[in-house]
Amino acid sequence: MTDLVVDATGLRCPAPVIRLARAAREARPGTTITVLATDPAAEHDVPAWARMRGHALVSVEKDDDRLTLVVRTAG
Amino acid sequence: MLDAGGHAPLLPQARAAYLEALDQGWADPRRLFSEGRRARMLLDGAREAMAGVVGARTEEVDLAPSHVAALHGAVRSVVRARRRVGDVVVVGAVERAAVLNAADFAGARRVVGVDHVGRVDPDELDDALGAHGVALAALQHANGEVGTLQPVERAHESSRRAGVPLLVDAGSSLGHVDVGDAWDLLAADAADWGGPAGIGVLVTRRGVRRTPDWPEDDDRWFPGGVSVPAALAAAVALQVAHASRHRTAEASRTLVDRVRRRVAAEVPDVEVVGDDAVRLPHVVTFSCLYVDGEALVGGLDAAGFGVGSGSACTSSALEPSHVLAAMGVLTHGNVRLALPVGTREADVDRFLDALPSVVADVRSALGADGL
Repeated sequence: MTDLVVDATGLRCPAPVIRLARAAREARPGTTITVLATDPAAEHDVPAWARMRGHALVSVEKDDDRLTLVVRTAG
Repeated sequence: MLDAGGHAPLLPQARAAYLEALDQGWADPRRLFSEGRRARMLLDGAREAMAGVVGARTEEVDLAPSHVAALHGAVRSVVRARRRVGDVVVVGAVERAAVLNAADFAGARRVVGVDHVGRVDPDELDDALGAHGVALAALQHANGEVGTLQPVERAHESSRRAGVPLLVDAGSSLGHVDVGDAWDLLAADAADWGGPAGIGVLVTRRGVRRTPDWPEDDDRWFPGGVSVPAALAAAVALQVAHASRHRTAEASRTLVDRVRRRVAAEVPDVEVVGDDAVRLPHVVTFSCLYVDGEALVGGLDAAGFGVGSGSACTSSALEPSHVLAAMGVLTHGNVRLALPVGTREADVDRFLDALPSVVADVRSALGADGL
């Protein structure tokens, strides 16, 4: 179902959110973007970013230290 | 310097009292010769003065070597004394790390969530207190990171009904605002109200059972006791801060309102967090999207402004502030101000004038322009 994957594994905050924002800027409205991250701040900051930007948070999954967050761009 | 939370500059009256007490109160208050008795008198005088401010009796006030030690001692001794009831410690999600860690150490932590301004849900707290096996409830008077006041009066009604003692952490409140009487144990921090570092306060209402889970000592609740000159200076500072709290709070509130308004208007993509009205007068926090907290604190320091931050990259831990995380607000690019007494409008304006370009520089360096 995912249209785009942003691999931010190993990056520290705020880099995962910046990578995601770049991908979202290029994407068409309604695009589903999956973010892979290991920085614990991403668990809180990706949902906060989506709320501030009006995008939808689809899911947050945590497997040990690996985070998988899915958002759908507004539109 | 705009971040005095937990470590305010020493008030001049406290400094004078400290120097005087170095001469008068240097001796060991446990000794029975005249110098020792004089030190004991000064120490008890300090406890009496603090008791007067919080509306307690002198014998209910114990002094700890730090605020953290006061919180640890409170949680451990109450859980130990109530072990027949159970070992659950009900805590708010945004309590200080010292409370959360002590709850884990002494028993089983049961966390009550907060809303987006950082306020505990009183109904959820009420439910948690009604459950079986609760030894203690702990709720801060106000959150020192975001300033939001907690519903301590409702919490105390709930805890009374459940027969559970309530520990209120007033570490960011006492000396700044009235802390009321909705508590069974009250903890506070002298360094936060302009006293010296190294004095924590724990007030325990008569009738609250405590048992040490640590070795015997003459100073039963905080083994080894505290520095007498520091205790006296802490008490003097509290009396001064408490007496001028309304005037100080009014001045702080005006400045903090200005920060909240101008930051929201002049910095793009920023979240000013915490309750905008029911709050500590001197604390303000905001988070800037696409900004590295460490670079922001460094950039502001280079421009002459000392600020705090709850962002992960500003601490040795990789974890961001558990307070911001529990509130569901942005944890990166975070700035916290806890205005020291006497902060001038011109200082705050200079900070606000400098902030937008410091934020813009950090964003540019990260390649986050126009996102």
